[in-house]
Amino acid sequence: MATFLLRRLILAACVALTVLTLAFTLTRLSGDLAISIAGPSATNADVEIIRRAYGLDRPLPEQFIAWVGRAAVGDFGESFFFKARVSTLIFERMPITLTLGLVGLGIALVVSIPLGILAAVREGSLIDRAVQLFAMIGQAMPSFWLGLIMMIFFGLQLGWLPVSGTGSWEHFVMPGIVLAFSAIPALTRLTRSGMIQSLSSDYIRTARAKGLSRFSILFKHALRNAALPVVSIASVQLGFMLGGSIVIETVFALHGVGFLAWESITKNDYPVVQAVVLVLAVIYVVLTLLADLFNAVLDPRLRG
Amino acid sequence: MRAVGIWLGGGILLLVTLAAIFAPWLTPHDPYAQDLTRRLAVPFWMEGARPEHLFGTDQLGRDYLTRMIYGARVSLMIGAAVVVVSGAIGITLGVLGGFFGGRVDDVVLFLITCRLSIPVVLVALAVVGLLGSSLLLVVTVLGLLLWDRFAVVARATTMQVRNLDYVAAAWAAGASTPRILVSEVLPNILSHLAVVATLEMALAILLEAALSFLGLGVPPPLPSWGLMIAEGRDFMFFSAWVIWIPGIALFTLVLAINLLGDGLRDLRRDPS
Repeated sequence: MATFLLRRLILAACVALTVLTLAFTLTRLSGDLAISIAGPSATNADVEIIRRAYGLDRPLPEQFIAWVGRAAVGDFGESFFFKARVSTLIFERMPITLTLGLVGLGIALVVSIPLGILAAVREGSLIDRAVQLFAMIGQAMPSFWLGLIMMIFFGLQLGWLPVSGTGSWEHFVMPGIVLAFSAIPALTRLTRSGMIQSLSSDYIRTARAKGLSRFSILFKHALRNAALPVVSIASVQLGFMLGGSIVIETVFALHGVGFLAWESITKNDYPVVQAVVLVLAVIYVVLTLLADLFNAVLDPRLRG
Repeated sequence: MRAVGIWLGGGILLLVTLAAIFAPWLTPHDPYAQDLTRRLAVPFWMEGARPEHLFGTDQLGRDYLTRMIYGARVSLMIGAAVVVVSGAIGITLGVLGGFFGGRVDDVVLFLITCRLSIPVVLVALAVVGLLGSSLLLVVTVLGLLLWDRFAVVARATTMQVRNLDYVAAAWAAGASTPRILVSEVLPNILSHLAVVATLEMALAILLEAALSFLGLGVPPPLPSWGLMIAEGRDFMFFSAWVIWIPGIALFTLVLAINLLGDGLRDLRRDPS
């Protein structure tokens, strides 16, 4: 277990370093940053001042090492547009993105697990096909469009839910449902295949032979085994959802990290952009690491 | 059931492709021609529709059906081009890792892990935002980001194929490694890769629409369905059809491609 843990940690560190490099390179793509920061009306002298002030006159490797060193302790510099510390900006807006992600994941689990079980129990039936079709529809749904349609329907025509902003829990209902759609197809399919596999295994046959009730077989024995991969994929999905919430936050004007990223991209505010890329990637790496460890604890065969 | 998927999905995809190819012959209108006296004309199923504008007009008076048809070009072109780029990267990596194993495979697995930890939408938006939006850039960025599933599937299937008799026979016949990879391994994993290709094409089309919707994808005035939804957003509460039409088209096309892919996968599993 110790070697497994060590190997996984080294891998996670390598991945983080690669993403760090990418996040840095990303913001240098546009050529001369000093010019884009200074804006169109700046004189050459202004650009020179900015270049020196932000350390852009030093060689790239030196800038990179300086940035990594500061990023490692959570210092991402200062935002050009918001005139505030990047770490503060992200920290302030993270609760909204996390809430949205957790609400989305919660809805996704509540929908996919029963659907997956239902489809598995009635494998090959009309219900099974309907569930699979539903998963496919979810996969084909453009999330931003679904968001707008829901705004028209539930917001304007029925007047049930607010269409944008973040005042109350009601503001998270529509974005949560839309975000859930991105995870429902994968989670439903996984629950279904896991349940089919575990329902056909020997211990279920034994349980049936012992004359256990259908309920106890399904929920106590089969689901417990099918749930393991679902739990680990759910944490990975949460990582994807936090990254994907940028679209939904923009649609619903939720001022979370995704919205912050979109604003800073349109404003060329590169310290914020590279910090958000890095933070989201690190969250994903940590989530997958936890999922792997969780699996390894439960299933010793995976510790190889 | 699966035959229905293949026929329905393939049929819709074929129809959209034909419409995209023959766009100039299908419609008398120019997709860029504005007519401000005819802004937001309603589509044919609503009262007061003009017969010459079946799907109405947009906020600049451009014929909506024409822009939809030309928009299909953008979606399909981007989808296909992204599949070519990401397929080339992913298949190369996956086949190499699966065939050679050991250190090579470790590197491939590491690259896949890194790729998965990169938030796709965010990085794509950032690159387009920094370099300026263009069709070519969208294709390049998505192509460089969406190769992971190709790599995973190519790697797993190559591992299965590697130890089969005909590969051993090719070795024994003195075939070189590149030759074995290209003419023995690749043809035998292609059917698996075809399924991935459909999934990735569908995903690329959705992502392009999302990027264009956020204003960092295909530049206006090019007709892209995602861009049309973004432009219609200001009018959606009064003229809801301006977002219904492109949205349903996008959803249908993506669903059709996924249906086709799903049908192909079932067909491969059970060729009977």
